[in-house]
Amino acid sequence: MIDITHLLILGAVMFCISMAGIFINRKNVIILLMSIELMLLSVNLNFVAFSYHLGDLAGQVFVFFILTVAAAEAAIGLAILVVVFRTRQTINVAELDTMKG
Amino acid sequence: MTFIQFLFIFFAVILVAAAMRVITVRNPVHAALYLVLAFFSMACIWLLLEEEFLAIVLVLVYVGAVMVLFLFVVMMLDINIARLRAGFIQYVWVGVGVALLIVVQLYLVFTATSSGLADAAPPVAHGAGYSNTEELGLILYTDYVYPFEIAAAVLLVAIVAAIALTMRRRPDTKHQRPSEQVAVRRADRIRIVKMPAEKKQ
Repeated sequence: MIDITHLLILGAVMFCISMAGIFINRKNVIILLMSIELMLLSVNLNFVAFSYHLGDLAGQVFVFFILTVAAAEAAIGLAILVVVFRTRQTINVAELDTMKG
Repeated sequence: MTFIQFLFIFFAVILVAAAMRVITVRNPVHAALYLVLAFFSMACIWLLLEEEFLAIVLVLVYVGAVMVLFLFVVMMLDINIARLRAGFIQYVWVGVGVALLIVVQLYLVFTATSSGLADAAPPVAHGAGYSNTEELGLILYTDYVYPFEIAAAVLLVAIVAAIALTMRRRPDTKHQRPSEQVAVRRADRIRIVKMPAEKKQ
């Protein structure tokens, strides 16, 4: 059997890797979206770990809903990305400053 | 160390390595492919935790749909990678520093004896006849039926929003107009010309 501490530490490491990804790739929107997906995955690992160790299926239902919302978020995020690229010919976050005062 | 624990460490190492590559690799296409590897390793870990339905859903929905969408968009856009990579080094140390700090903090929390995680009762392994999908379906369609329907509505809104955002009508696009095609009359299209027959001289 797998120790719950190991699962939680793995989730923490994954979360921090994706957070570092948001820091160091802060110009590329595509990598930012991928980092957010990784973050959701690491949070899902926590739900799954506690669901396994407590024998409670509610955690798995939550993971199910998180997967649903994450899929919707990815679809809309990529649609916005395509529209932004079509109008500005760039996805560099630093150049998306049309609304800057 | 049992075989299950060995498998867990094996998949965890692949998972962390793939996640590291996702955030550091230069080409966004490669990043998407490493993300596929990360999702797949995570699905294997979920299988070890006896959560078969979610593992399969992760592979089918994420690797099959979401990552293909990512790859499609990445390949469709003509991105200048060199300009996006400018300033990469500048932020590496901030990102790594903050991430390491949080990992250390969380490690101290999880391994503290006062958290009670270490002496939690070990879970009981399910028998051979246990169906994770059936159990999940039983609870999903009874206790969680309203959240389930809200999730369906969220997906519908996502579909409509994605189509509405990306659809565009260009003035020079050629369309068929079936109503006009059906309503056309013979007189609009052909003209009968009377010509005298020609004779060979």
